[in-house]
Amino acid sequence: MNSPAVTRGRMIETRHVAKNFGQTSALRDASLCVAEGEILAVMGPSGSGKSTLLHCMAGIYTPDQGEVLFDGQLLNTMTEADRTRLRRTAFGFVFQFGQLVPELTTADNVALPLLLNRTKRKVAYKTAGTWLDRLGIGDKGDRRTGELSGGEAQRVAVARALALAPKVIFADEPTGSLDTLTGEKVMDLMTGLAREQGSTVVIVTHDARVAAYADRVVMVRDGLLAIADLPVSPADAPYGAPSPAATSASATARGAS
Amino acid sequence: MSVPLTLLGLLEREPSHGYDLKRDYDAFFGRGKQLPFGQVYATLGRLARDGQVTAGDAEPGDGPDRKRYAITDIGRHVVDTWLAEPVEPEPHLQTVLFAKVTLALMLGKPAAAYLDTQRAAHIRRMQELTEIKRTGPLVDTLLADHALFHLEADLRWIDLTSARLADLAEAVRNR
Repeated sequence: MNSPAVTRGRMIETRHVAKNFGQTSALRDASLCVAEGEILAVMGPSGSGKSTLLHCMAGIYTPDQGEVLFDGQLLNTMTEADRTRLRRTAFGFVFQFGQLVPELTTADNVALPLLLNRTKRKVAYKTAGTWLDRLGIGDKGDRRTGELSGGEAQRVAVARALALAPKVIFADEPTGSLDTLTGEKVMDLMTGLAREQGSTVVIVTHDARVAAYADRVVMVRDGLLAIADLPVSPADAPYGAPSPAATSASATARGAS
Repeated sequence: MSVPLTLLGLLEREPSHGYDLKRDYDAFFGRGKQLPFGQVYATLGRLARDGQVTAGDAEPGDGPDRKRYAITDIGRHVVDTWLAEPVEPEPHLQTVLFAKVTLALMLGKPAAAYLDTQRAAHIRRMQELTEIKRTGPLVDTLLADHALFHLEADLRWIDLTSARLADLAEAVRNR
């Protein structure tokens, strides 16, 4: 079940990443590596800094200290335009609330990122249709997303993220607004289809049942990374050493994200 | 798992031979631990003695026992009562973990690390169960779900206890 991170390429790597919001230290000294095709869950209570970590990994936040690498490229030194292009072409996002455009149809929403990447209209809509089928909502293509149930909307968000064939999917509490059964269906589809496609996935969640869909689980506590996964031997876990004990500063990743 | 009541419940579907009951018990409730034939027939014998089932005449054929068993009205009532009763909530894990955590704090050992190890073991088991759910039949999914929710409850307790360790340490030392 654990990924052979050593034999695969490093897709996302953070080195001693720290992020502050004003006086508040949201993340400290976070060093983590996600292998190509690996599904990683980042767990932690509200305000632990887990969302901040995801935003740093995805190049949405620039860390105050440390480095973030995507496929060997340093994100810190990229221009904002380059980072935006990367987020649009190589990354897919699924958030707690789908963040779909409610006035557009389901098919429009999935096709939109493809159109922004200059995919031909016909191809974009064909691809959108295929992904909606895979997520079991092929019959909802003409519906406005504002009319969908929470579970359907979240499937559209997953279809939209996967349709780009992204290198990495970042999912922040992807089931946070769903009931247990619906949430599990979304997780099952998202992780299953991402595996099929070979996409790397980073999931942020406070829910252990959601995290259990991942190959590897890490914990964030008070802005510090604590690896929850038991390494087979200490040598197998170059990033596995838990950070030193937290000082009393409390993190407010959530408030800031 | 209460074997007599479960067999009695299976009999409420239709009169059956001991062999069929054993097969169905193993398929639905055995989960890697088969019910010995001897236990099936001994149980059916006791149920017959207590008037909860009746044993038909032995039928011709091979095998140790060709009797067909049928549930009685008393048996039906026993099953109904049993099903309607809530199961005793058993916080079995907490008692063990509680003892470990308390002892660790008393002895100045790393309680937080023990809890982290336990958390990792729990998450690993939850990953295995999730894999079973992804690939197994619905009966396995039901069982995996039951285990997952229990493990999740344990994890919440572990998280809460981790957050309270400093207070707990003080409480333990001040006794």
